[in-house]
Amino acid sequence: MEFLTEFPSLGRKDLSALRRAIDGTFREFTRAWGETIEAIFYPLLRFLVWFEDLLLATPWPIIILVLCGLAYAGARSWKITIGAGVCLMVIGFFGMWEDTMSTLAIISVATFLCILVGIPLGVMMARYDRAQSIITPILDVMQTIPSFVYLIPVVMLLGIGKVPGLLAVCIYALPPIVRLTNLGIRLVDKQVMEAADAFGASYKEKLFGVQIPLALPNIFAGVNQTIMMALSMVVIASMIGVQGLGVPVLRAISNQYLALGLMNGLAIVALAIIFDRVSQTYGKRLQAYRETGHD
Amino acid sequence: MTDDIKISIRNLYKIFGNNPAKAMERVREGLSKDDLLDQTGHVLGLNDISLDMHDRKIQVVMGLSGSGKSTLIRHLNRLIDPTAGEVIVDGEDVLAMDENRLRDLRRFKMSMVFQKFALLPHRTVLENAEYGLLIQGIKEDEAGKRARHWLDRVGLTGYEDYYPGQLSGGMQQRVGLARALATDADILLMDEAFSALDPLIRMDMQGILLELQEELHKTIVFITHDLDEALRLGDNIAILRDGALIQTGDGQDIVLHPADDYIADFTREINRAKVVRLRALQKPLNGAAPAGDALADSMVLEDALEVIAGAEGHIVPVKDEQGKVTGQVHLADAVAAMHA
Ligand SMILES: Nc1ncnc2c1ncn2[C@@H]1O[C@H](COP(=O)(O)OP(=O)(O)OP(=O)(O)O)[C@@H](O)[C@H]1O
Ligand SMILES: [Mg+2]
Repeated sequence: MEFLTEFPSLGRKDLSALRRAIDGTFREFTRAWGETIEAIFYPLLRFLVWFEDLLLATPWPIIILVLCGLAYAGARSWKITIGAGVCLMVIGFFGMWEDTMSTLAIISVATFLCILVGIPLGVMMARYDRAQSIITPILDVMQTIPSFVYLIPVVMLLGIGKVPGLLAVCIYALPPIVRLTNLGIRLVDKQVMEAADAFGASYKEKLFGVQIPLALPNIFAGVNQTIMMALSMVVIASMIGVQGLGVPVLRAISNQYLALGLMNGLAIVALAIIFDRVSQTYGKRLQAYRETGHD
Repeated sequence: MTDDIKISIRNLYKIFGNNPAKAMERVREGLSKDDLLDQTGHVLGLNDISLDMHDRKIQVVMGLSGSGKSTLIRHLNRLIDPTAGEVIVDGEDVLAMDENRLRDLRRFKMSMVFQKFALLPHRTVLENAEYGLLIQGIKEDEAGKRARHWLDRVGLTGYEDYYPGQLSGGMQQRVGLARALATDADILLMDEAFSALDPLIRMDMQGILLELQEELHKTIVFITHDLDEALRLGDNIAILRDGALIQTGDGQDIVLHPADDYIADFTREINRAKVVRLRALQKPLNGAAPAGDALADSMVLEDALEVIAGAEGHIVPVKDEQGKVTGQVHLADAVAAMHA
């Protein structure tokens, strides 16, 4: 009877031995490779620090102008551009300028990294079904595993700081761009692909001349999602030493400062909305050719 | 005009399914398409096709939906690999080609027009027409010049900067035609190129194609399920059913001597006067030729009828291409041919 009521599990001793063995192995690995891995990420750290310093050192009116310029270039809409400008002014007025710049820096670098890694991965998945069946479950894990769980090995390996924070953000934010690149390419009209084949296009000519351009709206939706997910990681990233809007939120949680938490939280929301509107309208503009009918 | 063989298909089989080689053995034993599907789950796409296509002629391949027309035409540029058989283009075995050779074949020797146009929606009309040229490695401005020329030939001047989505179906297919002609390939593959168009637009496009062909003399493989279209365009017509070739010949052969009921069904509704030529009706001269000017033996009945009716004794002489009188046609035979 006991067999049915008590799940037949490993004994406590065996279990702890197993855990110790895993921990030990990973620690060994960290000791052996930690420095090498840190060295690999060093250029990234330099870049991130440089970019953050640049944002902080540049006079705020110039930053606002540049950001509004980018918003206009992306969305071609005065409403969105002015909205972005006003949001940034309000953020600055409430004393959150520097934290916002730090957050902007890490989000931009994380997005950039995700695009750099994610699009080629998506392209590979679209080309090889094998790659798709291997990568898809990994992406599922990356998206569903609680972030705190992968913070542990990341911190063990790289300690507390910007780079582990950046990695944590990227792990969480990478899947959408990979998925949507893959999907976008796979959804390209079979007949158009056949036409490209019939005219003797090589794989590269098909990829850059047909598949990526036609998948661009989807790829862009992926970039948009990636930015949103990166922003939602800001608070967690601040737990392992990333500067920015997450830090005051964290402080507000532990000290029950309602207003502080709310203000910084809203600043994150404002950034999210700006990014979202700009990238979405840009994505829509990419599909202008889909409009039908005569002038 | 030369009468060389441009494309030669030999004993071509295509079986769709997981294990075509195994199914192939059963087909060689004589299993039919339906039995093959029932017993092995494989689809017999093409069944022992052998067909020669002549240089500078329009070869029509006709058949009902699912008869294997698209499958057949895609073997010519190897968008589909056969299960067995040979495809020979200009004396070269297409199936033996490596990747580079095959790509060159597709770039320089064959171009294709598709039923659903298959234009690149994100490129303008001009950029679409340039597509094959850019793939050939031709410089942008030269490609643009040639593309404009062909767009002009199909009557699309002024639409260069439109996107395909902004054009009607007929105009889109003109872009498809310009794209295919621009590459200067001597073989043009057209898979139901006009089937998606309205009847009037379709007649229009057939006219454009015939006009261009008169001057370009390409080898055209034209797929259709419409006998009218086949008769209007085809120098030769091949008819497919269930993946097998059941009759080949020129339009007149097919109308006057359908190989079986399947084809006779096709031809029943046809206006024979537009198809039957005097050559097929003429009787040998008995004695001197009848009075009056001789008619060309390539003339269709529809055009000749009035002349014959007005001729003395309702009988006219017929001459061949060299102008030599070879026979005579009587009104009674002409009328009988229209209702046979
Ligand atoms: N990839 C494929 N897998 C399995 N069966 C196929 C495949 N392609 C074609 N077939 C089958 O082969 C047969 C011939 O198809 P095909 O497309 O060549 O016909 P078609 O004559 O072009 O018809 P339509 O007029 O509808 O275009 C059909 O029975 C079809 O179901
Ligand atoms: Mg077809």
